[in-house]
Amino acid sequence: MTPTLNPLLWVIPILPLAGAAINGFFGRKSSRKAISAVALVFCGAAFAVALWIALRFSSASSPYYFPLAHWLRSGSFRVDFEFYLDQLSLVMLLVVTGVGFLIHIYSLGYMWEDDGYYRFMSYMNLFMFFMLTLVLAKNYLVMFIGWEGVGLASYLLIGFWFTRDSAAAAGKKAFIVNRIGDFGFLIALFLIIKHFGSLDFTHVFTAVRTLPTETTGPGLLTAIGLLLMVGAAGKSAQIPLYVWLPDAMEGPTPVSALIHAATMVTAGVYMVARSSAIFEHAPMAMMVVAIMGTLTALFAATIGIAQTDIKKVLAYSTVSQLGYMFMACGVGAFSAGIFHLMTHAFFKGLLFLAAGSVIHGVGGEQDMRKMGGLRLYMPWTFATMGIATLAIAGIPPFAGFWSKDEILWRAFGASRMYWLIGVITAFITSFYMFRLMYMTFGGDEYRGAGAQEAHGRGGHGHDNHGHGEPHESPRVMLGPLVTLALLSAVGGLVGYGNRFEHFLAPVFQDATGIAQEASPESASNTLEYLLMGISVSVAGLGWFLAYLLYSRLPQLPARIAAGLGGLYGAVANKYYIDELYAVLFVKPLVEGSTTILWHGVDQGLIDAAVNDSADAARHVSDNMRHMQSGNLRSYAGWVAAGGAVVIAYMVWMGVR
Amino acid sequence: MVPLSYYLVLSGILFACGVLGFLIKRNIITIFMSIELMLNGVNLSFVAFAARWHALSGQVFVFFVMVVAAAEAAVGLAIIIAVYRTRETLNVDQVNLLKL
Repeated sequence: MTPTLNPLLWVIPILPLAGAAINGFFGRKSSRKAISAVALVFCGAAFAVALWIALRFSSASSPYYFPLAHWLRSGSFRVDFEFYLDQLSLVMLLVVTGVGFLIHIYSLGYMWEDDGYYRFMSYMNLFMFFMLTLVLAKNYLVMFIGWEGVGLASYLLIGFWFTRDSAAAAGKKAFIVNRIGDFGFLIALFLIIKHFGSLDFTHVFTAVRTLPTETTGPGLLTAIGLLLMVGAAGKSAQIPLYVWLPDAMEGPTPVSALIHAATMVTAGVYMVARSSAIFEHAPMAMMVVAIMGTLTALFAATIGIAQTDIKKVLAYSTVSQLGYMFMACGVGAFSAGIFHLMTHAFFKGLLFLAAGSVIHGVGGEQDMRKMGGLRLYMPWTFATMGIATLAIAGIPPFAGFWSKDEILWRAFGASRMYWLIGVITAFITSFYMFRLMYMTFGGDEYRGAGAQEAHGRGGHGHDNHGHGEPHESPRVMLGPLVTLALLSAVGGLVGYGNRFEHFLAPVFQDATGIAQEASPESASNTLEYLLMGISVSVAGLGWFLAYLLYSRLPQLPARIAAGLGGLYGAVANKYYIDELYAVLFVKPLVEGSTTILWHGVDQGLIDAAVNDSADAARHVSDNMRHMQSGNLRSYAGWVAAGGAVVIAYMVWMGVR
Repeated sequence: MVPLSYYLVLSGILFACGVLGFLIKRNIITIFMSIELMLNGVNLSFVAFAARWHALSGQVFVFFVMVVAAAEAAVGLAIIIAVYRTRETLNVDQVNLLKL
């Protein structure tokens, strides 16, 4: 289908950029109301434009494009600032602007009393700009700009409370771990340039489709696919690069919701889905994606069981859900992955916002052991978070059920193993989410009264008024919660009867064919309902177990933990992965840099060269200085000696 | 006719005496006289060559040297007086600062 020109495309990312610039440059002196107005208007306008486009777009529509400016031109190689919108980008566009707008509204209430309010709003708008650039890019390089830009915004927002060492360190960790992934992404881009002479999506994918599928062994496309996956693993927090995401919870909660749950971390999934043509021709790369996703889903979910920080549970849950999305992409069910991306943006965004509401209400406390009984104090937060929990656990008819079931069904078609691990993960997911609910909202008494005074935010807290009883959040925060709760409840229905898949079909034209070949049971409805029943019942089982352990028999979890001993310790300490990385990578790097690069090369070689040449010049000058004694006869002596030398030289030359 | 080499040897001796005096004497006036001696040693070689090669330019150049020497003597003696007035010594070893 030939794309049509649409100048609205470049307006969408530019709007939040304008908001970020206005708030960034003039926000310091503006009132909070003016800042909020700027941030909301520009972000909301982007959402409105996106909606305007979406209403005129169907699965039969040809893609839109808009060339904004020339950029790199070298011989036949060209990269331009071009935007592109097809069904896939449209889904992402709506998720980013829609959920982003809601979270902006929420942030008004959450961040209102923070000193850096204007800074926060400016960064949030900046993030929106980069994310929209990423989503609307027409070639890999513009996508890469957005990719790096969201990394920057993420870094700035994780370290938003930069006076806290842990926040600054978490920001750095996120940035550095992402660099490792970006390294792979960049190499993939170099390979694409070398072999296809272009970075334009349309051009590259057309060229890829003419190549044979690499069924016999790994080749060029497998290499590109694997390197792209390295990039995606960094951005989307997959094994082994997931370690930055839990630490990223140091940022304000709206940031966790927007960047580290709903949008940025899904950029890797989007990128893999966007590159589906490449992956479809590289079955080995697909397999790696699927295995990586499956393992991450299970691994992160098990860590989530033993966390006590409410945001950490959600962070590991995010990692786990992203694993599901990669599992879907890996088995060729790209549209199912994107579907889960969308529903996940709804319910995980909601979970984080609700968690933020809880933290806000109890005065900055994040430890679930010091909560409890909050349903009595915060009924709205309880209700909305409950809906999100039902959604993520996969209880029908909430959103998560539809997308997760779709993924599991497709995974079953590819390999029973993926499906089995997926179901186990679904069970664990349900368990830790309801555990979170019971610990936070369940029970009859609030356990945190004594801890009220010592909440961890210190002078930087967003809500230092949190003394006394927990309280419900203001309406400006509840509004987005309710909206997202509605979406989490009914958002999954867009996938009813495979409508979502049909909508995305033009983008994944070659993928759908292969995926259907891979699932021979696709005709069998009975099997599909059976599998659906299994996944729903394990979700229910997880709920029941959580109810049993954390509501009926509250003494039991501690006893089980004690019984498990070392295993429980390993899970609670995240399998010591951070410590392992510290020993394997961080420490050798720091030690090597200190002894070899710093003391050896920098001090021993570079500094030494500079210092020694300076010393030499000083010593020579010091000696020469004594020649200028002011003593006339010594001058005369030097002149005479010089003359003698000249004469001697001339005589000698003459003799020769 | 006196051979050229005699003049040149005498010229060399005069010049060497000048250099020696310049280097070893401490009194400014003696040093000044040594300079004159060197100039005259050079002048002698000039006129000797001029006579030998029947070239007038050597003799003309000697006149220039004598003019410069006269001017130098005038300026130099004035400086010596100024130096003596400010420092009350003519020993060059004690005159080693431009500024008092």
